Amino acid sequence: MVAVSPARRALNAVVHRATILFFIAFAIFPFYWMVVTSFKQNADLYVGATDIRHNPFIFNRPPTLDHLRTLFGQTLYPTWLMNTLLVGVAVVGITLLLAVPAGYSLARLTGRWGERLSIAIFLTYLVPSTLLFIPFSRLVSLLGLTNSHWALILIYPTFTVPFCTWLLMGFFKSLPKEIEESAMVDGCSRVGAIGRIVLPLAVPGLLTVVIFALTLVIQEFVYSLTFISSVEKMTVSVGVPVALVRGDVYYWGSLMAACLITSIPIAIVYNFFLDRFIAGFTVGAIK
Amino acid sequence: MSTTTSNPAVAVAAPLSAGDTIRRSDRRLGAIMLAPTLVYIGLLVAVPFMLALFLSLTNSSAGSLEFSFVGLANFRSVMASPVFQRALRNTFVFTLASQVTVMVLGNILARALMKSFFGKSVARFLILMPWAAPISLATLGWLWIFDSTFSVINWLLLVVGWLQPGQWYYWLGDTTLGMIAIITIHVWRMLPFSTVILLAGLTSIPSEVREAAAIDGAGTLARIFQVEIPMMKPILTVAVLFGVVFTFTDMSLVYLLTRGGPYNSTHVLASLAFQDGVLGGDVGRGAAVAIFLVPVLVVLAVVMLRASRRAEVV
Repeated sequence: MVAVSPARRALNAVVHRATILFFIAFAIFPFYWMVVTSFKQNADLYVGATDIRHNPFIFNRPPTLDHLRTLFGQTLYPTWLMNTLLVGVAVVGITLLLAVPAGYSLARLTGRWGERLSIAIFLTYLVPSTLLFIPFSRLVSLLGLTNSHWALILIYPTFTVPFCTWLLMGFFKSLPKEIEESAMVDGCSRVGAIGRIVLPLAVPGLLTVVIFALTLVIQEFVYSLTFISSVEKMTVSVGVPVALVRGDVYYWGSLMAACLITSIPIAIVYNFFLDRFIAGFTVGAIK
Repeated sequence: MSTTTSNPAVAVAAPLSAGDTIRRSDRRLGAIMLAPTLVYIGLLVAVPFMLALFLSLTNSSAGSLEFSFVGLANFRSVMASPVFQRALRNTFVFTLASQVTVMVLGNILARALMKSFFGKSVARFLILMPWAAPISLATLGWLWIFDSTFSVINWLLLVVGWLQPGQWYYWLGDTTLGMIAIITIHVWRMLPFSTVILLAGLTSIPSEVREAAAIDGAGTLARIFQVEIPMMKPILTVAVLFGVVFTFTDMSLVYLLTRGGPYNSTHVLASLAFQDGVLGGDVGRGAAVAIFLVPVLVVLAVVMLRASRRAEVV
């Protein structure tokens, strides 16, 4: 290697540290802002940015729990959380029922045309909700599901199933074939081998799929906005931005608390599974 | 061993990799296991996709299920509308500006995250947070940051003297500032996604390659631009393609921040399709606007399929 002078190395370290700090600040600033807003008294919050002596980054008055109390006591936020969970559980169930057999089939049983098919299935993940919401709105009103959670339960698997099938296919391929083959030599049927040998080994993959389907449901905005109109049926991603804004009444403390409480747990859980999620996108591009 | 298991020794001896013969019973089972997913995707993605194309040729509206065929009239009227032309331009500006920014920043950040340093896992977690948070809620956070009266950004600009007392930025009430806000938030959200993809690409470059380049006397910049970036081409393609799709088809940001305003000047295709087709109830027109998303998606699909075929060959 080329020799680097100590001064140069120190400079590199400083630049590196500064770069990382800059990106961290950019990434977490909105979350910091949510925290500060959630716990500030209104008198501290609504000062107006023209007063340069009033530093908005800090608590100029003691923090308060008023906004949290309002959020849980006087808004439908808890109902929206329950709605989201309800839809989420149903969608996760459907996703597993469809994607697990399909993923296994593509990994083991379909051979060469299965590879082509799996890419086609993955591509359907990229058909955007903003193209499909118009035909879906026809379909939903035709089925009489307007303003019903069933509309979401029917439609959400259109984005969870393709991606989860793809993820599970990769996961099943990574398991050694010999395991189920030796079970079959020992007299197990293929289906028996899947149930008794493969699925228990695939638990980490199944868990990944559950987490992803659930987070995708919580994050979804477009379909929920399109198909749910009554406030008490909304999911959290729509209820908070659409129904919690009460005209001109300033309400930012509770709003930001709602954003914070919903986002942080998802961010934490998601972080553990992100690498697998990204691996799903990069199959083929990295050898 | 029972006689029904047809010669298992052979099945074990010949591993069933892709392209090898797969037993007929397995093939049937495979078809059965795959069928529900294929039927579901067919009914709820392929058919609606066709229906979108079909609706764009009709005058359907939200109130009734009756319609008549109007040919290309929707497309003609949409393309003649200044709001649509504006939205089309905005979509390209939005996609291009945010993707270029994301790629530049993503490469810098991925390189910084390659090194090991104290607190790296915490730093990684914090940097990835914007991608995990639900977009509508994160955008709400930004809406408050860009608030017309209480914007903390304006406060900072006043403190550092960029804005004179009495001067004021109405971030979301102005076309240019609105677009800047929308692009900033989108960069904030997409940066983690692209960075992780690029990081995967960087770590896949063998360290011998870097050392060989250094021994041959390549400087840092030469190494990055002449060795690493060419080697990362497939992964850069992936990052750009998905970034483009997620950006080109997004409507949440515009809908939540500006609702396309002021005077429909910040609409993108997707938010305009929502305004016309869902809020306005003109399903045919909304479908026609949304159809303009298709060419970009087709290009993407073709590039993806080519890339995957190449990966198979190599």
